[in-house]
Amino acid sequence: MDSALIPEGAERCSFPKFMIGISIVGAVLLWGVYAMFLCWFKGLNQTNMNDYYGFALWIWADLAVIAVGGGAFFTGLLKYIFKVDELKNIINFAVIIGFICYSSALLILAIDIGQPLRGWFIFWHANVHSMLTEVAFCLSCYFAVLTIELIPNILENRQANKVPFFHHLAHNMHGVMAIFAATGAFLSFFHQGSLGGVAGVMYGRPFAVREGLLIWPWTFFLFTWSAAAFGPCFTLLVTKITEAITGKRLVSDKTVHLLAKISGWMITTYIIAKIIDTIYWATVTAPSLGFKMSHFYTNNSFYGYWILVLEIIVCGVVPGFLLLNKGTRKNPTLRLIAITLGVIGVCLNRWVMVLQIMAVPVMSFDTWALYFPSWQEVATTVLPVAYGIIFIAVAYRYLPVFPQERELNQSKAE
Amino acid sequence: MFPFNFEWVWDIGHVVFMGGLWFALSILGAGMTFVIVKAAMDTMNDSGESHH
Repeated sequence: MDSALIPEGAERCSFPKFMIGISIVGAVLLWGVYAMFLCWFKGLNQTNMNDYYGFALWIWADLAVIAVGGGAFFTGLLKYIFKVDELKNIINFAVIIGFICYSSALLILAIDIGQPLRGWFIFWHANVHSMLTEVAFCLSCYFAVLTIELIPNILENRQANKVPFFHHLAHNMHGVMAIFAATGAFLSFFHQGSLGGVAGVMYGRPFAVREGLLIWPWTFFLFTWSAAAFGPCFTLLVTKITEAITGKRLVSDKTVHLLAKISGWMITTYIIAKIIDTIYWATVTAPSLGFKMSHFYTNNSFYGYWILVLEIIVCGVVPGFLLLNKGTRKNPTLRLIAITLGVIGVCLNRWVMVLQIMAVPVMSFDTWALYFPSWQEVATTVLPVAYGIIFIAVAYRYLPVFPQERELNQSKAE
Repeated sequence: MFPFNFEWVWDIGHVVFMGGLWFALSILGAGMTFVIVKAAMDTMNDSGESHH
């Protein structure tokens, strides 16, 4: 039915089977859209946010998708600026994942601001003293970069590419992609960093506040570093899931090993910096503000030392070691465990830096404030996941996303 | 966002923030304008490479 749109030589499931899959995920998507409209029409009283939790589940999801979407900017930087040509085999998919993550982040923000019709105020009436203004600027501009990076892949669709103008446009865009990739890396550095900077400059929150360099707290650099380290893990994880669902090999082992190795180095260096930062914060920063480390991890029913161990050791040191060591990196099961732990680790880091910050009592008369999201918040957080699955399914079906697909599956087809 | 907005002040904050924003937007705009114009010219002349 849609065979004319499917990339030449690629095998895809039947159109009815494809539509059944899309319909199932589409139902989840509609649930999220319904909750989104409830939030827009009835207001933020649909959420469980309160005076303690001005930032809640959405902002965690926002920071998490931006962190895991960091694979796009980092892979683009390596491919176009540092000329790591092997990554051409995964760059299209990294861009698609980045596009999904950043469009999801913007959607979440559009719900979170309560009055999306006033979303343009952040540009028009910008508060130039706010790190979040920098985030808004860089996030929007970087989304434009991702859109530009995605366009050539769309134009390479079998039918679109027959139109001479589209064919030339895709070709010319490839020619200047390094400029866009460099701009994207610049923008990503600042918005990833500023998201961390927001936590680091919360002087009234001893759990978050950090010293730093000039106007940038250490969390600024740690956030950028962690996104570059763990973003490729997410790219590899989604590639693995796509391979499992399609039953095909889509990216060669050589490319996967290379990206995993780079990620391993980045994770290891990041986690060393993170451990130093944590020790300095626990022994110098927090005591100088009148707090012991135990204050942040005891006397409540949820946040204990386990979360620190899980984030730094289990989901930081362990994946770093597994990806750095050649033997464990080349073992598919251990590599999968490492990239999964890495993705969990960076999401957990964002959870701690958004939600644990809010939960910790600050005043002497305060108690721990734990929070549980409303179903509307959960539905609107699941919404981007459903949207991402549909986007990847459609892109995989109709676009030449994986240049090695034919070659890797040739023997199977024969 | 623009110097004609009522809250605009000619200080370092506005120059750095807005300068950065307009610089990034200019690169993206100029880059896209270049590729679109070149693609249009290539299409008219049909002189572009037939593969990439």
